[in-house]
Amino acid sequence: MSAGVGVNLENLWIRFGDFVAVRDANVNINGGDFFSFLGPSGCGKTTILRAVSGFLDPSEGNVLIGGNNMAGIGPNKRPTALIFQNLALFPLMKVWENITFSMEIKGASAKERRKRADELLDMIALPGQGDKLPSELSGGQKQRVAIARALCAEPDVLLLDEPLSALDLKLRQHMRTELREIQKRVGITFIYITHDQSEALTMSDDIAVMKAGVIDQIGNGKTIYNDPSTSFVASFVGENNVFRGTVKKIIGNEALIETNRSGDLLTRISTANQGKMKVGDDAMMFIRPEALSIAPRGTQGDHFVTAQVTNEEFEGNSFNIFMEGEGGKEIKVALPNLGQSFESHKGEPLTLEYEVHNAVSLPAGELATE
Amino acid sequence: MKKGFLHNFYQHNGRVLGTALLVILTFWIGVLIILPQLSMLDYSLREYLPSGQVGEYTLKNYRHLVYGAEGASDPYNYVDLKVFTRTIVAAICVTIFNLLLCYPIAFFLGQVAKGMKLRIFAMLLIIPYWINEILRAFALKIIFGATGMINAVLIGMGILDEPFDFIRADIALYAGLGYAYILLMVFPMYNVIESLDHNQIEAARDLGAPWWRIHWRIVVPYAKPGISSGCTMVFMLSAGALAAPQILGGPSSLWFTQIIYQWFNDGGNWSQGAAYAIVLLVSCIIIVLAFMKMFKVNMGDIGK
Repeated sequence: MSAGVGVNLENLWIRFGDFVAVRDANVNINGGDFFSFLGPSGCGKTTILRAVSGFLDPSEGNVLIGGNNMAGIGPNKRPTALIFQNLALFPLMKVWENITFSMEIKGASAKERRKRADELLDMIALPGQGDKLPSELSGGQKQRVAIARALCAEPDVLLLDEPLSALDLKLRQHMRTELREIQKRVGITFIYITHDQSEALTMSDDIAVMKAGVIDQIGNGKTIYNDPSTSFVASFVGENNVFRGTVKKIIGNEALIETNRSGDLLTRISTANQGKMKVGDDAMMFIRPEALSIAPRGTQGDHFVTAQVTNEEFEGNSFNIFMEGEGGKEIKVALPNLGQSFESHKGEPLTLEYEVHNAVSLPAGELATE
Repeated sequence: MKKGFLHNFYQHNGRVLGTALLVILTFWIGVLIILPQLSMLDYSLREYLPSGQVGEYTLKNYRHLVYGAEGASDPYNYVDLKVFTRTIVAAICVTIFNLLLCYPIAFFLGQVAKGMKLRIFAMLLIIPYWINEILRAFALKIIFGATGMINAVLIGMGILDEPFDFIRADIALYAGLGYAYILLMVFPMYNVIESLDHNQIEAARDLGAPWWRIHWRIVVPYAKPGISSGCTMVFMLSAGALAAPQILGGPSSLWFTQIIYQWFNDGGNWSQGAAYAIVLLVSCIIIVLAFMKMFKVNMGDIGK
């Protein structure tokens, strides 16, 4: 496996008129990594991808691929291949012609191309389908042909623009695994754009979470999920319960938050904000639904929350309890289904318990809107 | 025709509207297209009698195009055959010229221009056609004339010493024919190219294709139905044009339609004129079909 070619974004700004699509992005993507840009639609992630592929010139800053500045180099000359959201297979060309289009341009003979196409078709598990037209393939098969077409160009960096968004859930999950496997096999750098946090978490080595043109946090999946650096990341990646309040006391890396509704709660300060939060600051604390458990009713303490149960649902792998939260938002508790019997508490007050290291406090900020 | 076509047709349009549509369509095709052509065919196969009586069936009128009048000194009708060939070749040239000119325009309109720019550009193309064809032809005649603007500019720039006779060289005629049918070439192509997913172009570019290759492998194959319907219309109409050759043609250059016109009008020999017209029509159809076969275009694609 090759070491792969890294990609660096240095102080990258992209503006469209007065609108700032990307604001001062600095990203170092290691060679051979599966790197994802994760964010809601319109956050600028596709713009970044277009700047890397060369379809868009940055307003300021540089894109470096393998250490080489790409300024002034067109998309047809960059060592990148892009997989489009709608795949953009050529409808009038057969599958094998689609796959080897990049070789055709370099002047390879039909025989060579045919051979390479067959190899790639074997790799994507579509042997013998080369003479079909793209319209004769299913969604997942088209997906794989698009990957093969991009890989045939032997790019150093493969760019993927939400390529799975058109597939149904089952196929999407299957293609995730497949993409990750292909990436490991070919060993080149993948840059993946998605708004689906579970896609980003399952496939990526590293993830950059974006909001309105700004990269909020870069880290691996675990870090992003367990140790978010902003309230946006905490609320965008995975489900989270938010409690608003002010910092009452700071003890080392822990903060006691005086919440608006649930009393004083003790939390861990997220790594990026340690030493930065002060007593009296507005704060938000986040606890994941799965980090909450039921405690004896009425237990008091700095890691107990009591609230009224408004709703309950059985989701199969978990039993979900919804409780009255702040500002109309519910507190969600997900109890794993281990075969135990669930008692209904609807309409009753219920006390919850959490471990302090599972609750993260952050400076108050913007939340992701669903 | 698919089974149950009529049933579906009625279900879709309702009984009253469906029947009305069918009647109109039948009238249009039958009375306005097929019947006149059949009567032309009938005329062309009958002997011409000056008194207006109906003559016997004969192939004489067709023979006249090839061998000339009975007792003529030449073995073949060189004059008419030459004009016929020239008309067809010139119409093909006009079509090719128009295609080369209009493809970039159609591509620009369909893929590059956006919003206001697109509307202004399309208007610039359409507005000249508010002026009628004859007037446009005369305007071109003035521009291309010995004292016209083009000669004035070329002489003013010192490129020419004396006026060039664009009319005698048929340049004015080809320009006039080309210009007359530009829209018929641009719009079918624009229609198709506009529907091409821009990502296709970007994907080809991303895979390393230079611009000409993108056109050759992606845009042109996709635009083929539009190209072929544009070419068909321009070819048919230029081969059958009358006004432009009449006004812009040089003194020695006849268009085949002018000969047909003379038979009908000046000669008053409808049978002879009909035979010539049928020959032109059939030849044009054969040529279009041959080109379609050559470029592997299906009849069904034309309508796209």
